[in-house]
Amino acid sequence: MNPKLQRMLVTSASSVLAVLFALVVCAVLLLITGKSPVDAYSTLFGAAGDAKVLQGALNRATPLMISAAAVAIGFKMNLFNIGVEGQMRVALLTTAVLGAAVKLPAPLHVLFCLVVAMAAGAAWSGIAAYLKVARGVNEVISTIMLNFIALSLVAWSFDDFFRVDTESESLLVKSKELPRSAWFPDIVDRRLSGFVVVAVAVLAIFWAVVWKTRFGFRLRASGVNPGSARVSGVDPKRMVVISMLISGAIAGLTGMRALLGDVHAYQNNLGEGQGFNGIAVALLGRNHPVGIFVSALLFGFLGEASGRLQLEEIPKEIVTIMTGVIVLAVVIINEAVKQWDNRRTQRAAAAALESAAAVGVTA
Amino acid sequence: MTAGPYAVELTGITKTFPGVRANYDIDLRVQARTIHAIVGENGAGKSTLMKTLYGLHQPDSGSIAVNGASVHFKSPTEAIAAGIGMVHQHFMLADNLTVVENVILGSEPVRGRGVIDFDGARRRLGQLAASIGVQLDLDARVETLGVGQRQRVEILKVLYRGAKILILDEPTAVLVPQEVDELFANLKSLVAEGATVIFISHKLDEVLQVSDEITVIRQGTTVATVRPSDIDRRGLAELMVGSDLPDPAGRETSIGDDIVLSVGDLDVPGAVKGAKLALDDINLAVHSGEVLGVAGVEGNGQFELCEAILGLRPTSRGSVQVAGSDMSSAPVRARLQAGISYIPFDRHREGLLLDAPLWENTLLGREDEPGHMNGPFLALRRVQAECRRIIGRFGVRTPSEHVPAFALSGGNQQKLIVGREMSSQPKVLLAAHPTRGVDVGAQAAIWAELRAARDAGLGVLLISADLDELIGLSDRIVVMFDGRITAELDPERATPELLGAYMTGEMQEAAA
Repeated sequence: MNPKLQRMLVTSASSVLAVLFALVVCAVLLLITGKSPVDAYSTLFGAAGDAKVLQGALNRATPLMISAAAVAIGFKMNLFNIGVEGQMRVALLTTAVLGAAVKLPAPLHVLFCLVVAMAAGAAWSGIAAYLKVARGVNEVISTIMLNFIALSLVAWSFDDFFRVDTESESLLVKSKELPRSAWFPDIVDRRLSGFVVVAVAVLAIFWAVVWKTRFGFRLRASGVNPGSARVSGVDPKRMVVISMLISGAIAGLTGMRALLGDVHAYQNNLGEGQGFNGIAVALLGRNHPVGIFVSALLFGFLGEASGRLQLEEIPKEIVTIMTGVIVLAVVIINEAVKQWDNRRTQRAAAAALESAAAVGVTA
Repeated sequence: MTAGPYAVELTGITKTFPGVRANYDIDLRVQARTIHAIVGENGAGKSTLMKTLYGLHQPDSGSIAVNGASVHFKSPTEAIAAGIGMVHQHFMLADNLTVVENVILGSEPVRGRGVIDFDGARRRLGQLAASIGVQLDLDARVETLGVGQRQRVEILKVLYRGAKILILDEPTAVLVPQEVDELFANLKSLVAEGATVIFISHKLDEVLQVSDEITVIRQGTTVATVRPSDIDRRGLAELMVGSDLPDPAGRETSIGDDIVLSVGDLDVPGAVKGAKLALDDINLAVHSGEVLGVAGVEGNGQFELCEAILGLRPTSRGSVQVAGSDMSSAPVRARLQAGISYIPFDRHREGLLLDAPLWENTLLGREDEPGHMNGPFLALRRVQAECRRIIGRFGVRTPSEHVPAFALSGGNQQKLIVGREMSSQPKVLLAAHPTRGVDVGAQAAIWAELRAARDAGLGVLLISADLDELIGLSDRIVVMFDGRITAELDPERATPELLGAYMTGEMQEAAA
């Protein structure tokens, strides 16, 4: 078999196994609580036949693809950007405010908003990058703390400066609404935002940059072995700064489906949790664009279809438990699969050499 | 020899790992109260065999007997209980604990209520040390000890746990000649006290000097057991390799006039503020076509010297010139492009991307070379073809360039690094232990490449712990001690003993 294909199969194996494992665990939980797992799963996955559910799933998957890409680019050089949520939030308010303040023709206005979102996200992640490079602060700590700061800072400044009191039909207070020129068009009206195209484009660019360019090579080299990368002239601090800024810029795009494609103004729960969920999607997707795409779809689908469970009087929280188990399982199973695959690779290399030696071929 | 049961008797031991037959039909008989050496090339299966004996894994077939009784160790704990102790090549000591604390760690003698009986431990340890002629400050913190003393602590630790059969895995690899002599004296006292020593090595002179019997392992199986009085160095080497050894070749070309690497008045600050300089007033020059050997016990500034030349470490004074242009404040990549290549000290930590395919490994550090990029993208086909060339030319044994680097043996990994570093047509090569941990065949191949490149005008700064390698390859040898260059020697007149005296700081002369 083609070694590249083989490697992809092995890489995806741990994710598939994790999902299967989670299904089993949840089935046991359902049995214990006296529900029928067969009914639950047939309801859950039966929803896949419904076009509305699929559109909703894709819609939910859109921000997850983007936030997972943000997390994954950090992971590629062993940087753990847990701050996607905070970066997203800073980008949301900044874009909502600046986007409502300018007048531009439609495509440019959208573009302007996207650039502002990326700049804001990068600026916020840049703080963590600076702290790591200049002061040696672990990015896990700093991004967690920056999440808290971002949430509070954004909530406070929204409440004090940017909220608009209108006699709106919604109970939620919003910022000034974006002009229509900044709205991102829907593919299926009110059901599927066209922003999924941006998400897929982000994944495609992510793939090309990480696997096909010099920068991506250095990024991966730094992740695989920072010592070797340093000796070969890759400046580790520079790589930290660049990849953290890119990660933050992508994180800034995470909330844009909700902002530009749905609500068209900032409100406090906008995009909530999408940054954190991106970590789970990146883990399940093994930091690969294709894996992220599939994982985001799965999570989006589970989230969308879970509502159906309640009709069967099955708590929809079972889906939350399932996603939690998936993430834990993928981390554990991946380690086991990796060890197995390393042995397999060594064995295959040794076997290939032996058979080559047997027919008198020199390497 | 004494009659009675063997201290250790291994019969028909076979151990296979997936795809690799590490040991096959091994027979080993170690007489009690002797020093028994096990020699073989790297990868011959010595370590696997010793791990089997120590209970780290179980053999597929064959039997083990200790003092005549058949045993089946499921873990090192059981081996230790049977009186077997192992001193690993890499020390496993806690730096910030004292000697006594390190020795008792894990088997602390306690009086009532969990209070550690330090006095008792110190007394017992003192007796133990005195009985084998080891002098140590038992209350010194391990971080203050030298390499030789640390090794003594490891040995005492094993003895303290009641070991009567000691396995020493390449114990001399980290020692200078004088320390080796001390170690051997201690081992002989040990044997006189009733212990049995199994000594793994590939340094044939030492093996011939110290052991009572020698078992040779080749390609996973025992090929001979000989007494040192019945064989010479060359005979032993041929048993190990299984063929005639290549002769060391002299040089026929002459050294060039131009200086490819010049280091002037170089100071590098110590690791912490206020510490003494890591490099103190280093001056050296490497001409084209010249091999300048750097001798020294590890940790005397060789690593810092390479890092400073490469721009990986800040300097506080001095200059670095590569092929005539000043590189004193240039970034790493610029220095590499100016013509420096580097075979790093530790191939796993600094040389390779173990999880990445070989072609990515040969690209590392050379992404900027013409032909490696296609606009913004990597020119994958050309890069992979380049990797295949390196594999072919340097005899790297691998099925293809897509195999991850961890799947290769150490010698082949090293050949890949040497190949990569030589393929950028460097003007000067910093070669740190270029043949460390590689088998005799790969060593000869790497030496041949170094000689050929030198003859073609490459300047080499050769850092090595293998004094034979240094003397054999170098045109000049400088000795580093305590961050300074303390001597310059002519390899024609340098002997391992003389080098050793300079390396330990026993002798010093003004730097040339």
